[in-house]
Amino acid sequence: MINRSAGPEILRLIDLLSKLPGLGPRSARRAALHLLKRRDQLLSPLAAALADAAAKVQICRLCANFDTVNPCSVCAAPGRDNSVICAVEEVGDLWAMERSGVFRGRYHVVGGTLSALDGIRPEDLNIAGLVERAGATDVREVILALNATVDGQTTAHYITDRLAHLPVRVTRLAHGVPVGGELDHLDDGTIAAAMASRR
Amino acid sequence: MAEWSDHAISLGLRRFGETGAILEVFARTHGRRRGMVYGGASQKKRAPLQAGNTLRVTWKARSDDNLGFFTAESENERAAVHMADAEALAGLAALSDLLAGALPEGESKPALYDAAETLLDMLGHNDVWPALFVRWELGLLTMMGFGLDLSRCAVSGSNDGLTHVSPKSGKAVRGSEAGGYLDRLLPLPAFLIDNTAPATPVDIRAGFRLTGYFLGERLFADLNKQIPEARLLMIDRLVRAGRLSPG
Repeated sequence: MINRSAGPEILRLIDLLSKLPGLGPRSARRAALHLLKRRDQLLSPLAAALADAAAKVQICRLCANFDTVNPCSVCAAPGRDNSVICAVEEVGDLWAMERSGVFRGRYHVVGGTLSALDGIRPEDLNIAGLVERAGATDVREVILALNATVDGQTTAHYITDRLAHLPVRVTRLAHGVPVGGELDHLDDGTIAAAMASRR
Repeated sequence: MAEWSDHAISLGLRRFGETGAILEVFARTHGRRRGMVYGGASQKKRAPLQAGNTLRVTWKARSDDNLGFFTAESENERAAVHMADAEALAGLAALSDLLAGALPEGESKPALYDAAETLLDMLGHNDVWPALFVRWELGLLTMMGFGLDLSRCAVSGSNDGLTHVSPKSGKAVRGSEAGGYLDRLLPLPAFLIDNTAPATPVDIRAGFRLTGYFLGERLFADLNKQIPEARLLMIDRLVRAGRLSPG
């Protein structure tokens, strides 16, 4: 029905919107309609923002974060602790850590985890860059904030080995009961991990 | 409508779409199978589906050759227990990647499944499982049709003093019968033919070299694949932990 009621530009807009996370063809149609109805307030500013982001956003040469400046604003920020690097899997994890506001050191985005099923090998990840940064004289600690999955922890052990020759302390985030979690509703593995790392 | 339930070892999970996941398992009587898990990308569902965990799975599809859907209940969440133990986690990853890479889809291998369960249960005992892993790899080769004949010497027919294996035939050979071919043979550690023989770091390393040769040159070469990286990482880790001799 939409093929008869909309031109190719609108169909293209719907098709591209439907590729975004959380949107399918039906919700993409609704989003497109919403944008078209609010052309001045939403559609034009969004198009300008997208064009701006496409033109200016870069990957930080130090930590692999996204930003419009290179090095990124986190790497360039004065007053952050240069002696601690927090290694995360993806940029989304870096943003999550920053949202929490509990870490004031530097970051390093590894770019994924080792995975046989997905064919990701050590050389496909940004591990060499982390080793190089950790070798700087002022670095004292590397925090491995990788996911608590088999692939995530296999990668963490691998990075620990790669850092073994450096005089840095390698630590990891704790695994266990989440804040607000009830033991009755936790899976056996989480309870086992929490018990193993009790203090 | 095709449907079955079985005990299964998870071989891994990959995201599919935003909320779903494709689960790959080694089911006891249904072999290696894949299927979609609704909501499998969620934190709650992902934890029990980690590689190395034992599950009770139910698979449903319109027909047997469809991808199908899994529902899974956890039976043994050992992956979480081993996450802090680098050696055990390396063993777990190597075992699941070897199974994922070597097993044909849908072929029942209950004996191999039972052996894998035993090995996974032993992974916390780092002084025991490396030798057990070598034996399990010998079993994997046998189940996949590339078994070694370690019962008697290929040259003399004698069943004592076996020290080497021919890389060509996969048969045991007495070193004294090998003549000028000795340096082309693969050393056969005693613990692979005698259950009472000790498995020293040198023996276990020789065992991994033996099984690694036939896994790489026969089983995985036949599948046009490389031996999984996780096996190399496991051996490297065991060497650094002093469980295997270097070199």
